[in-house]
Amino acid sequence: MDDLDRRLINRLQLGLPLVRQPWQALALELDSSSAELLDRLHELLNDGVLTRFGPMFDVERLGGAFTLAALAVPEARFEAVAEQLAAMPEVAHNYRREHHLNMWFVLACASEQAIRDSLLRIERLTGLVPLNLPKEETYHVGLYFPV
Amino acid sequence: MSACISPSEPSLQAPPPLRETSLARRLVELTQEGLPLLEDPWAWLAEQLGLSVESTLDLLKRLQAEGAIRRIAAVPNHYRLGYRHNGMTVWDVVDADMPRLGSLLGAQPFVSHCYRRPRKPGWRYNLFAMVHGRSREEIDSYRDHLRYLLGDACVADDMLVSSRILKKTGLRLSSLSR
Repeated sequence: MDDLDRRLINRLQLGLPLVRQPWQALALELDSSSAELLDRLHELLNDGVLTRFGPMFDVERLGGAFTLAALAVPEARFEAVAEQLAAMPEVAHNYRREHHLNMWFVLACASEQAIRDSLLRIERLTGLVPLNLPKEETYHVGLYFPV
Repeated sequence: MSACISPSEPSLQAPPPLRETSLARRLVELTQEGLPLLEDPWAWLAEQLGLSVESTLDLLKRLQAEGAIRRIAAVPNHYRLGYRHNGMTVWDVVDADMPRLGSLLGAQPFVSHCYRRPRKPGWRYNLFAMVHGRSREEIDSYRDHLRYLLGDACVADDMLVSSRILKKTGLRLSSLSR
């Protein structure tokens, strides 16, 4: 990763400008060419330094529903429960966290009803009651990792 | 991942004009895996949506202004960039002060997400702020700084450090359309 890669990563986290020729606008800003930037971006995605490039949607505004939920999973069953959740397409993320509540996952569904159904299904599958913590207010969303 | 997705064969008849929400959903489907790395991405989108390039750009600007699209951006693999530590800091704060405190924590550069969430039996924390850093010490110091910012308005707090990613997929529209 060289200096141009780093500047491109930092700049692209802030968003592509919505102008007629976005790559030319960025090329001007970063003192490069649009072809060079597209090549670099392709490499960074291929290489896994970037996981995605594209529109970041707020799915709730498009009619979807989200929640964050947690389970307290007995250690002996941890892997099995992780696999059960991994198999569910509505489970978008799942993290182990060092706490009594050791499994934290995000559900993404079409509706609030589908979220409730999904939580019940997890309860039936695992025998564990999820702690449901839907967000009530958003104060900030904006991942920015300067390199 | 392919370098570029070539535009599909132009259809003989343009699709009927769709309402904006349907257009937005179509846009989600089209760009779920990402925006093609093309010199003129708007022309590609325009063709897929059956709109002019100008209308496509206007649609994107409208969706961005409304917040349906946060931005068209790169998502880094933060582990690969050295940000291997993340902590979900959780705070039990006075409800009446929540708007001010939530905005205060959310404004810190090392906080990626900040939300109000409900208290539940056995769960007292109502304010969540996710912090990321390159070391355990770094995220510990962020937590200390947030605690200092909250001062007396905070009754109790904790930080749940992530030790393993069990699943991470982007959002799939299929799970939203069932």
